[in-house]
Formats: sequence, C-alpha cells, structure tokens
Amino acid sequence: MSVLQALDLGLAALVLAVAVWTIFAREAFAAVVGYVAYGLLLSIVLVRLFALDVALTEAAIGSGVTGVLLIGAAARLREAEKAAADEQPSEPQRFWASVLCVLVTLALAGVVLSLPDPAPTLAPEAAQKLAGTGLGNPITAVLIAFRSFDTMLEKVVLVLAVVGVWSLAPDRYWGGAPGAPRAARPESTLAFLAQLLPPFGILIGIHIFWVGADEPGGAFQGGAILAAMWMITMMARLTEAPPVSSIWLRLALIAGPAVFLATGVAGVAMASGFFAYPARFVKPLILFIEAFMTLSIAVTLPMLVAGPPRRLPRR
Amino acid sequence: MSLVLDILSIMAICAGAFFFFAGTVGLLRFPDALCRLHALTKADNLGLGLVVLGLLPRTGGLLASLKLLAIWALIQLAGATAAQLIARAARRKGPAP
Repeated sequence: MSVLQALDLGLAALVLAVAVWTIFAREAFAAVVGYVAYGLLLSIVLVRLFALDVALTEAAIGSGVTGVLLIGAAARLREAEKAAADEQPSEPQRFWASVLCVLVTLALAGVVLSLPDPAPTLAPEAAQKLAGTGLGNPITAVLIAFRSFDTMLEKVVLVLAVVGVWSLAPDRYWGGAPGAPRAARPESTLAFLAQLLPPFGILIGIHIFWVGADEPGGAFQGGAILAAMWMITMMARLTEAPPVSSIWLRLALIAGPAVFLATGVAGVAMASGFFAYPARFVKPLILFIEAFMTLSIAVTLPMLVAGPPRRLPRR
Repeated sequence: MSLVLDILSIMAICAGAFFFFAGTVGLLRFPDALCRLHALTKADNLGLGLVVLGLLPRTGGLLASLKLLAIWALIQLAGATAAQLIARAARRKGPAP
C-alpha cells in the first residue's frame, strides 16, 4: 500500500467518524460545527478524486453558506431546544423509528452496491463535443451548454428559496429590511476583517468566475465568494440588508435565471432550437450568461442568510 | 542546486508539520479555551507558513508562488480574527473558562 493510499484510507475513516459524531452530537450548535468540518473534509476527498469544481462548490456552498444558515437556525432554536429535549419519545416510538432508519440505510446500501460497473457514462461524448463550445473546462460546458435547462432551473430553485424565506415575514414587516436593527457598537475585530477582506474577496470571486471557462471555477463558486464578502460586511454591521421591496434587489435576484431563459428562448430564433446557441458565439454567450448568474448567486445567498424582513418598511 | 532546494523543502515542510502537531497536542491537552486558542493560532500561522515556504521552490512559476503566499496571508487573517471572536465569546460566557 503506497503512502497516498494510506492517506486516502485515513481521510475516508475521518469523514465517516466526523459524520457519525455529527449525528450523535447532543446540541444543535455542536452538530452544525461537526457538519461544517464534515463538508471541508469532503471537499478534500473531492480534490483527491480530481473533481476540483465540485470540491470548490462543496467548500463554498455545502460547508460555508449552508454552515452559516445552520448556525443561524441553531441560534434561533436554542431556546426551544431544551423543551424539545425534555419531550422524550416513548419506547415503542423509538423502536419503530430506529427500525425505519435501519431499513432506509439498508435500501440505500443495496442501491449503491447494485450499481452497474462500469457505471453508464456520457463523459467520452461530452469530451468529444467540448471543442464546439470553445471552453477549456468540461464542467462549465456541461453546466451551461449540454444541460443548460437543468442549470437554469437550479437557479430558479434558489430564487424560490428566497421567496420562501421572505414569506415568513409578519404582515407588518412586509417590504422592510431583513436583520435586526443595527447594533450600537460593532464588534471591532469582525469590522476590521470586514473592511480589509472585501477588496481581495471581490477580486478573487471575479477571478474564479472568469477562469471558470477554462479551469476549475465558475459562476457558482465565484458568486459564493462574492456573497461571502457581502455577508461578512452585514455581519460586522458595516452595511445593512436592503429592504425586500427594493426593485434593484429583486432585479439582481432574478437576473441570472432571466438572462439564461431569454438566451435559451432566443436560441429558437437564432440557432437550431430551445437552449441551442449559435455556433459562432457559444463561448461569449456562455460567459454572458455566467456573469449574470454570478450576480444573482452573489445576491441570493446573502438574502437567504439575512432571513425574513424584521423591520418596518419605510413609508 | 535542485538538491539544496529539495532539502530546504523537506526541512521546511517537516518543521511546519511539527508545528501543526504541537498545535494539535496543545488543543487536546491545554486546560482552558484561551490556552487552546493560543496553541491553535501558532499552528495556523507558523506551521502553514513553513509548509508554504517549503512548497515555494516546487511551484514552477511566479504566479503560483504568489497565490500560495496569498493563501497563507488570508488564512492568517481569518485565523486571527476567528481566534479573537472565539476568545471574546468564551470570556463573555464565564469569568474563568
């Protein structure tokens, strides 16, 4: 067994151990910390599988943004947690719950073990057609060209998630801004970081979006870094979330899916069909779509974290 | 020349690994939250710095070397800030954590 194989085995064992620890953690907050560590370890696993794009997304979205969302949820549930812990389910309830869980696990294990080997793949075909897109990164080609409709719908799901969060607003706050009113004294250390980091973060975010055409990166990863910069300035209370009635905010939220869909519909007239791109402009069109997607992702994720409106709208 | 660089790389990375090891031991063995943070930030700053130093001759390009240095600087910044925030939260929670 070579050194790398031993390291891989150790990594796999570590991921499983952190996953088990996360499930058995008693407090919600501890479980969230375990989940974030699990996501970061998983992104190292993906690097070892040479899936750099997925690793970047896992680190940025799966571990980073989801972690922030879950920490917020855990903080809000802290008061309810004790009451929930006191409500012990009865013995038969627990027994049947564990039986169901074991059955689900067995079914999943059976499905995974009965997968055909070698797995059915479209990879050779995708690699063959890559030249037609003018892109160097096959992941971006698959996401924006080969299965563009799916990617567009994924962004629609994100917008729907924001609508879902906003719909939790009490009637009197509708149209107001999310987030509690500004604290009197900002946390100085965080404010320092929030002032120092964004210039670099914005540069890195745009860089990762731009190199996504030819190297690992792309709209999702770049947008997530831009989103993180906005989130950190909001957390440090240097900026405030805009009111949900703001027309600019709403336009930025839907810009990505809207431009994507409009380009797809234009394909009916300009090229061979729905979501077909004219052969000469494939790469510029893909970068054009990705630019708006980056904007939408950079706005959507902070609005998810900011939560429902909690302030009276300005009249 | 390349042999000298290789030896330098190995020494720097081993020293970096030692600081990570020492930081981990400190994290596990030190008695309270502030001491544990102290041990951890040394691993981040010095350990990672030495690993980056060891990797610099192996990048094969100025741009890649600058990216490595930027990663080190950003992690230092993030690590120092996170340590400050955790320490403040730990102090707020109890007088002697």
